[in-house]
Formats: sequence, structure tokens, C-alpha cells
Amino acid sequence: MNAVRDTWLVTRHNVRIALRQKAGIVFGVLQPLLYLALFGPLFATIGTWETLVPGLLAQVGLFSAGLSGIGIVFDARSGVLERLRVTPARRTALLLGRVLGSSLTVLIQSVILIAAGYAFGLRAPLPGVLAGLALMTLLGVGLAALSNAIALVMDPDAFAPIVSTAVIPLVLLSGAFLPMSMAPAWLDVISRLTPFRHVVEAIRDLFAGHYATWTVAAGVAVTAILAVVCVAVGTRVFNRENA
Amino acid sequence: MIKTSGLAKTFKGGVEAVRSIDLTVEAGEIVGFLGPNGAGKTTTMRMLTTLLRPTAGTATIAGHDLVTDPQGVRRRIGYVSQGGGVGPSAPVGEEIELHARLYGMGAAEARERVAGTLERLGLTALAGRPGGALSGGQRRRFDLAFGLVHRPSLLFLDEPTTGLDPQSRANLWQHIRRLREEDGLTVFLSTHYLDEADTLADRLVVIDHGTVVAEGTPAELKGGAGTLDDAFLAITGRSLREDGEAAEPGSPPGRPHGEPGVPDGRADEVPAAGRTLTRSGAPGGRAAAAGKRGNR
Repeated sequence: MNAVRDTWLVTRHNVRIALRQKAGIVFGVLQPLLYLALFGPLFATIGTWETLVPGLLAQVGLFSAGLSGIGIVFDARSGVLERLRVTPARRTALLLGRVLGSSLTVLIQSVILIAAGYAFGLRAPLPGVLAGLALMTLLGVGLAALSNAIALVMDPDAFAPIVSTAVIPLVLLSGAFLPMSMAPAWLDVISRLTPFRHVVEAIRDLFAGHYATWTVAAGVAVTAILAVVCVAVGTRVFNRENA
Repeated sequence: MIKTSGLAKTFKGGVEAVRSIDLTVEAGEIVGFLGPNGAGKTTTMRMLTTLLRPTAGTATIAGHDLVTDPQGVRRRIGYVSQGGGVGPSAPVGEEIELHARLYGMGAAEARERVAGTLERLGLTALAGRPGGALSGGQRRRFDLAFGLVHRPSLLFLDEPTTGLDPQSRANLWQHIRRLREEDGLTVFLSTHYLDEADTLADRLVVIDHGTVVAEGTPAELKGGAGTLDDAFLAITGRSLREDGEAAEPGSPPGRPHGEPGVPDGRADEVPAAGRTLTRSGAPGGRAAAAGKRGNR
């Protein structure tokens, strides 16, 4: 009970902080929006918006949640983290509240991207969109937890350049920009080994109105496992004394 | 209020930051915690405030066992760390409210308590500002507000006035004294400013090389002659600690020595490292002991 309440309080605080940083939200989604506007029309000559937008959503999730751990570095430096650790709040709540806040940012950015997609010609059914957003939020939880864990262990100055570089092959391998069905076999195999391929393909199915498919099941399962594992890792790192 | 026995912390890699601390602090006391840089002050503070788990020893803080009931300890204590805990961007009032609520207060109670605490510290008008827009002295008072908003019975202050101008220091001292007088707050504060220790503390505990080397009222430590600075240097020596550590990275500091309260009665057991420069009065030693900001 207490842990739930603490998590809620910390989440709300982090959401307020996130919402105040409107520039941060916009810049996080700006890159995928540029792809949508300047690459989308090209893509639409060979494919559909329902294929492209899920890929760009993965890009949003990976960049936005993937880099969200930087916040904990600032809080560690300014002493905020230590101050919170001396309160009786559950340690897990302190991490989870932050992660849920970042995940909400991903959700807002996903909504912006999908809305822009509609302006260009995306026509996905509402249930599919909502299911896709739910999946994105869950993905955001996992990635933000992992990002926090990495930020706590890594040299803070190296964090942003390394993570933002590491994210690029993950986005490319997810088949975000062109479906991996077009890829040579070896690339297809590597792609299948990354979790984000499955998430992207699940959202593509959802956007196409195909809900009860193995692809969707696989995407949901991969996202859920990723979230559980990443939150477990994040909690472990965060709870380590002197972290 | 604080009772520790053989409290020790050895970090991974074998650095014995704190070797053995035996402390007793009574309710309502203001105790000054002194020691050169690297003596183990901050590590001790972090253990007493549940941020670091001791590797040996026992402690009861505000009626709760430090190791088995850290939650109980956290509920009863306040802690103001060396660097403070005011974030740069969120309005400080909002942060304090969250802080208060994490102690279990409801929304209305938290707001009321925050308002009262800020009023008392003369911060009401500043609550809407982000931490980055505050002066050093204002930030320090907010740090104090964070430490006090849940009305702890014991407050830990780690170098509370380092880097403040004389006005802000005097102001902070006044607040600390008043909190003790009005609320019976127990205060355990570390400092490098011996004038601060002299004027504020009822009793002083000096640690060096991770163990208590002297203890007593400021008058007792001074022994009737000289300043507290003289007494401190007599107890802990004049060598520059950072230089000694830089020469031998990771080497364990000297053995525990001397009887508490008996300054200088330990030369026979002192290993050479870190003490070779001592008696000659290395230039700058005094400044290092009295004026430098602590290492973290």
C-alpha cells in the first residue's frame, strides 16, 4: 500500500516536471516528425503510413525513454536523490515514479506523432491505435528503467553520446524505416534477435486492424518481458547502496 | 538519541573509511563532529543516516536500530548533506511538499507543515522559485527546511555553513539554536569551522583516521589555553591529508590510536605514513584543517 502511494506521489511529481519541460517533449519527438514529413511521402510511394508510423514510434520510444536516465544523473549531482533516499519512501517507489513519469512522456510523444501521421494519411482504427499506445507506454517503462540503471553505473559524461549512438542500430534493426521482410537473410536474423523488431511488427498489425495474430502476441510478450527484466535490473542497481 | 558501538565501514577494495566509532549523543544536545578531510566524517554521517550500511558495529538512532530498522530511523531523523538537496529546476515549494508527503503526511497536512516550516525559516516568499534561482544562503535554508519539515527529533547537518557568507552563517546558527530551544531538537553537525563548533556545540567529538580521538566540551578540548584551532591541530596533527592520500592511493589510513580525550597521547603507535611531516608544522596545514571545503 505504502509503496503504491509513494510511487504515485513520485510519479505525479515527475510528471509535473516533465510537463513543464515542453521543449524537451517536443524535441524528443521532433526527429521522428521530420522523418514523417520528409521521408514519409517517399515511403508512401512503396508502402503505407500504417507501416511507417509504428516504426517511427519505436524510434520515439528508444530515443526518449532510452535517454531519460540522464535525469537521475542530474538528481544525483544536485543531491536530490540522496535527500529522497533519507526519507522513509520505498526505494522502488523512488525509481518507479521516475520511470513512469518518463513513460508518460513517451506516451504524449507517441500521441503527437500519431496525430501528425493522421494529417499525412495514416488511417489506423482507434482500438488498434489505443492498443499500440498501451504497448508503447509499457515499452517506455522498460526502456526508462534500463536507462536509469545504465545512467547510475556509467560515467555521466559518456552516457548521452554512448546511449544515443547505441540506439541507432537498434532502431535500424527494428525495421523502423523499411520492413525487415525486404532484408537479406542474415540481417533478418539479427533483427529478430532484437526486441524492438517484434514490438514494431506488433504495432503494425494493430494499426492494420489485425488484433489476434501471433505477431501481436509475440510483440506483447517481448515488451512485457523486457519491461519486467529492465525494471528488475533498474531496481537492483538503484537499491545498491551508494549507487 | 545516538548510541553507536564499534561502527565501521570498509569499502569494497579494502579502504577502511571508518574503523570504529563509539558515540553517545543525548537528547537535546548539539554535538559538533570534527576531523580533518578524509577522517571519515561524511562516511560516518552517511552511515548514521542510513545511506551507507555499516560493515561492522551497532547503532541505535532515535530509538531504532540502524541495521535492522532503517525505516524507523528514517522516520525520526532529518539530514542535510554537504552539498544540499535542492534541485535546480523544480519550484522548491513543490519539492518540499513531495518530501513531506513521503513521510506519510496527507496533502493538507503537508501543505500546512511546509508553510509553517518555510515561514519559520523566512522562506515563504521564495517557495515558487526554482532552486537555480536561489542564492547560496537561501538554498542552505531550504536544505534545512527539507531536513525539518517532518519534525524530526534528531537533525544531522554535514558542513551546513561551508561556502556561506558571514551573515548567512550567523543566520543559520540562530535557526539551529532556536530549534533546539523551542523544539528540543538534537543536532549532530560536522564542520571544518572551529569557530562554528566553538559557538554552536555543547560538546565536540573529534575523529581522525576513522576513529574518535578526542571528545569533550569546547572548553575541555582547549584546556584553558589557546584556541580550538590549536587544540584541533594538536589532536590531529598538521600534515595535509589529501597530499598523503595522493602519494599512496588506496592505502589504509593510520591505525586507531590514543585514548579519547587525551590529545597527542599516541605518538608511539602511529605508523610513519601520513605522519612524517606532522610535527614540523608544514606550511598551510592550519589552513587545510580549518578552512577547506571537505572532500566528498
